Amino acid sequence: MNGRLTWFNVTSLTLGFAFLYLPMLILILYSFNESKLVTVWGGFSAKWYGELLRNEQFLDAFWVTLRVGLISSTLATVLGTMAAYVMVRGGRFFGRTLFTGMIYAPLVMPEVITGLSLLLLFIAIGLDRGIFTIVLAHTTFSMCFVSVVVSSRLVTFDRSLEEAALDLGATPLDTFRLVTLPIITPAVISGWLLAFTLSLDDLVIASFTSGPSSTTLPIKIFSAVRLGVSPEINALSTLMIAVVALGVITASLVSKNALRRQRREKQEAFAA
Amino acid sequence: MNPRRLTLILVPYLWLLALFLVPFLIVLKISLSDTAIAIPPYIPKLDLSTGWHGITAFFADLDFENFVFLAEDDLYWKSYLSSLRIASISTLLTLLVGYPIAYGIAQAPEEWRPTLLMLVILPFWTSFLIRVYSWIGIISNEGLLNQALISSGLIAEPIQIMNTTQAVYLGIVYTYLPFMILPIYSALDKMDVSLTEAAIDLGCSRRQAFWLVILPLSRPGVIAGCFLVFIPALGEFVIPSLLGGSDTLMIGKVLWEEFFSNRDWPVASAVAVILLGILVLPIMLFQRNQERQQETDR
Repeated sequence: MNGRLTWFNVTSLTLGFAFLYLPMLILILYSFNESKLVTVWGGFSAKWYGELLRNEQFLDAFWVTLRVGLISSTLATVLGTMAAYVMVRGGRFFGRTLFTGMIYAPLVMPEVITGLSLLLLFIAIGLDRGIFTIVLAHTTFSMCFVSVVVSSRLVTFDRSLEEAALDLGATPLDTFRLVTLPIITPAVISGWLLAFTLSLDDLVIASFTSGPSSTTLPIKIFSAVRLGVSPEINALSTLMIAVVALGVITASLVSKNALRRQRREKQEAFAA
Repeated sequence: MNPRRLTLILVPYLWLLALFLVPFLIVLKISLSDTAIAIPPYIPKLDLSTGWHGITAFFADLDFENFVFLAEDDLYWKSYLSSLRIASISTLLTLLVGYPIAYGIAQAPEEWRPTLLMLVILPFWTSFLIRVYSWIGIISNEGLLNQALISSGLIAEPIQIMNTTQAVYLGIVYTYLPFMILPIYSALDKMDVSLTEAAIDLGCSRRQAFWLVILPLSRPGVIAGCFLVFIPALGEFVIPSLLGGSDTLMIGKVLWEEFFSNRDWPVASAVAVILLGILVLPIMLFQRNQERQQETDR
């Protein structure tokens, strides 16, 4: 496309981004509201953040969510990377179509169905619901997202690099460690991040698969929000938005720097 | 087959079989069972412990009781129809909002585009629940929108937006907008500039060039975006239960209530089976659109 903005483009971009960001900005602003009445401005105060940090239920739920997120996203990254390998490099094997189908289906499956089916499985095999069952559920659906991210990197991978390493005498394991892994690492990391956010964010599947002692943060937020707007939830949301914004901005800066360094190294190599 | 390759295939394969396919077969099986007041609250029909006899007994005794129940009760088919309607209307609205934004990004100077794209993706990384929640403070009766309208003298009484179907449209458009913008942008981005220039050189106005050249060529992106919004919107639970009213029927919410409030597992399972049946067609069409696009890219 030609980089010429018309007034129509400018208006639609301005309105579009205002629509995307205003609700969240308002939420952040009102988390600093002194008044208990959430829609009346009563002066600036950070007291709801204090209340939030003293609320044991939210803290407990936070630790459960963090634990589930870390374990399930790590498991999902390992399984998803394996699955991506099988899809891109696996060649022909029995039941390949079923395998690819099972990778893509969970991406579009309504959460209520995934949650219901996993719960019925856990009950059928007599598994007590708790952190473990949430981890199993989250690993299953996020590994599919990881494998899509990683396989899109593997498809564009220049295989002659691996062949060169093998020709030069590297063992298959060394080749994987020294050649393949560094190249797919960015995709694996973004897969992990995606799996982690999906797990932190999930309400529906966690509600089906959690037990009474393992309430996650989204479940807690959902039951509080059903009763209406609360300043504590505003404060919690602000913290979550801040963490995500920081994470994404850092990640993009890091990758931009890495790209710049790579380009410089290449130039120097050519110059030498 | 060497053992390393076998492990590589078997581990994810078995994991998905055990935690994706088998659970779904259980749903199918329970949807054919009878409801009962017990723990678990259904009478299993298929008893594999009695071997072949169990299987023949299952087929001899097979009835689609729960499905007949769903067909006879107004609530269910009305919910399916209303979910289809809500998902279609919100997909159309998302397209109307999303296309101009995607087009704007594609027209922007090249050095702005990564930042603009990041601004589109950023909300996707923040909690879905919080994004839906952020509207409650704005559109509720005492919310900021009504306060602003009343104090400006435009209206005397607050308008009811919260707990209506309109609020659900708003919620879906808001939360799924990135899914619409990104595929349309990538279709527009791939487009050859010289095509538009040729159209303008041959006497098209900029507007005509848009309608006759740009819009038709961005069709694969539009189709992909529409499916990416429509498919998840159809089974949506969080948005109708937070923003919708008691008269906003959506099947995801019905399934949830059937399971958690009525504890009717067989009916909940039957609801899930039919929902999946409805989704098969759009999912297959989506898959075909993606494959065709990949082929033309090559």
